[in-house]
Amino acid sequence: MRGLPRLWRDRRSPLRPARLSLVDRLRTGSSGLRARPTRVVLSALGIAIGIAAMVAVVGVSSSGQAELDQRIARLGTNLLSVTPGENLFGEAAKLPEEARGRIDRMPEVEHTSQVEQVSGANVYRSDLVPSAESGGIAAYGVDLDLLEAVRAEVAEGTWLNGATSDHPAVVLGASAAGRLGVDRITPDTLVLIGDTYFSVVGVLERSELAPELDNAALVGQRIAEEVLGAKGEASTVYVRIDPEHVERVRDEVGRNANPEKPNEVRVSRPSDALEAQQAADQTFQGLLLGLGGLALLVGGVGVANTMVISVLERRGEIGLRRALGATRRDIRGQFLVEAMALSALGGVFGVLLGSLATAGYALLRGWPVSLPWWAGAGAVVATVAIGAVAGIVPALRAAAQHPTEALGTA
Amino acid sequence: MTAVEFTGVSRHYPGGVRALDEVDLRVERGEMLAIVGPSGSGKSTLLNLLGTLDAPTSGSVRVFGYDVGELGDDQLAALRARTIGFVFQQFHLAPNVYAVDNVADGLLYAGVPARTRVRRARRALERVGLADRAHHRPHELSGGQKQRVAIARAVVGSPPLLLADEPTGALDTASGEAVMRVLRELNEDGVTVVVITHDRELADSLPRRVEVRDGRVVADSGASRESGDPRGQVSSTGRVTHASRGPTGSGWPRSLRWFAGIGRLGRAGGPTRDR
Repeated sequence: MRGLPRLWRDRRSPLRPARLSLVDRLRTGSSGLRARPTRVVLSALGIAIGIAAMVAVVGVSSSGQAELDQRIARLGTNLLSVTPGENLFGEAAKLPEEARGRIDRMPEVEHTSQVEQVSGANVYRSDLVPSAESGGIAAYGVDLDLLEAVRAEVAEGTWLNGATSDHPAVVLGASAAGRLGVDRITPDTLVLIGDTYFSVVGVLERSELAPELDNAALVGQRIAEEVLGAKGEASTVYVRIDPEHVERVRDEVGRNANPEKPNEVRVSRPSDALEAQQAADQTFQGLLLGLGGLALLVGGVGVANTMVISVLERRGEIGLRRALGATRRDIRGQFLVEAMALSALGGVFGVLLGSLATAGYALLRGWPVSLPWWAGAGAVVATVAIGAVAGIVPALRAAAQHPTEALGTA
Repeated sequence: MTAVEFTGVSRHYPGGVRALDEVDLRVERGEMLAIVGPSGSGKSTLLNLLGTLDAPTSGSVRVFGYDVGELGDDQLAALRARTIGFVFQQFHLAPNVYAVDNVADGLLYAGVPARTRVRRARRALERVGLADRAHHRPHELSGGQKQRVAIARAVVGSPPLLLADEPTGALDTASGEAVMRVLRELNEDGVTVVVITHDRELADSLPRRVEVRDGRVVADSGASRESGDPRGQVSSTGRVTHASRGPTGSGWPRSLRWFAGIGRLGRAGGPTRDR
């Protein structure tokens, strides 16, 4: 009793209603939720499902991106592949013989390796296979340091070495091995290239930076020239560059490869293709996000529905609060906060659910788990906004209720 | 000083129902009275008007000098928060919330900081004899205890006016008596207590009775006199009964001293707005 006189005197205007503190607003706004936990769970579930779907889409895509980034980092973005282009008349050009040597002399270049696709040398499992069924497998004469340049791995057997590269020995690309039916390497596993049987010494893993090597039979350059009629003309020069200078050096590499006709040289960066592939997947994501948004909308309607019922049920409470001195604004605020809290609860739960789904999927695929922080934060902010919209009508109804209703129940 | 003054107050509801018809009523500060009447007599409407929860169709209602018809929703809310405590037949306690927190909510809209609210809630519970039940939830309390918690909530803000609507209606005799004892003690401390009831026996136990029937005051055992104000005698449109009674208390009790402050805040009334 002693506290009040001072309070009274402090008021500039005696009949100005007190404003609730933020904490009191949150507390009053959540009191209705605490009283009915089951209903809260059920109506927050709709929001949670929508948010979970959207978070999972973002998370899976982001984890996929993270995986790609990791892969690209492992493969390196500093590989350029130099191939002959076309001359002004649209005819296939050739790389000059000295191309590799000139590129090699550039200070930024760390490593080069070249391959020559041997035209006319088809690859078969044996001479019993009809010649038309070559499977599109190309024979390449390669340098021993090729694997280093393209960072491909040997899946089975061994890579060519000084001894095998001078003899009819071959290493098959991953899909070439599949097409030829080479699933196991024994000393008498042979394939027919041109007119000569080569013994298979190894099979490569899929090469991501040089996919042209997947469907290829790789033999030593010298044996290619001796037996298969290779001409010693490079069909591709793989160039590793100091990662700091890739962008700058890219054009210079082309000019150095063929100083007289730089326009007849094509320089590409294979890691770009990998990134482009990822971008193509994102159209599908838009659809999934749209579905998540739809679920969210339905969830919002659910929250609005719950709030309307809640207001109808709590006439007594509203009347009591009005009797205790709550203004219409206080009542409106209370139900608005309640709707926002209800929706945000679904949002938080949905973010958790979506994160779990992301983690589960990523682990299943052997990807790193990655979820951008803005997805979680954005989801919660969005659900608060949804709650606010869903709560407007119920809150206005609650505030419009006449204060005598609590007494009417007596 | 006058707590409430009704002058020619009518309240009509849509459909031609005249819940109150030309009622004059004056309640002085420090009084304790019963408004008694059968259901449908208009006593609930009277309570709503006393509590500024409703506005008259015509006539003027003054609560501590404020003309209710002239105040906006915000101002009425502030007036209720600071001057009027309500006790309902159905208690209206928040379920699953401790008694002390239920009581503290009585100060929620009065701009009192949370910690102070709890401290004063404890004191209010002490006052109604339930200090040891502070951390009980409503379902752990008997009906009489619940009603005392509700009373504590009504008086935690030390309102000068307490309105009790059938406060013993849902209680057995013993609990009802305990509740009435608390109300009497509050009145002795200077709180103006208005009890709305249909229970004639209960009404007879109070110093003043105002009988309502068909929207009119049909009998009034007379206002207790606090001052020499000649209008202290009740005039009502029905039968006017003058019963002379002594003052309920001698001088202002301790807890009432600051009520004098209200007088400064009260404005002299302007013209009454008819609705």
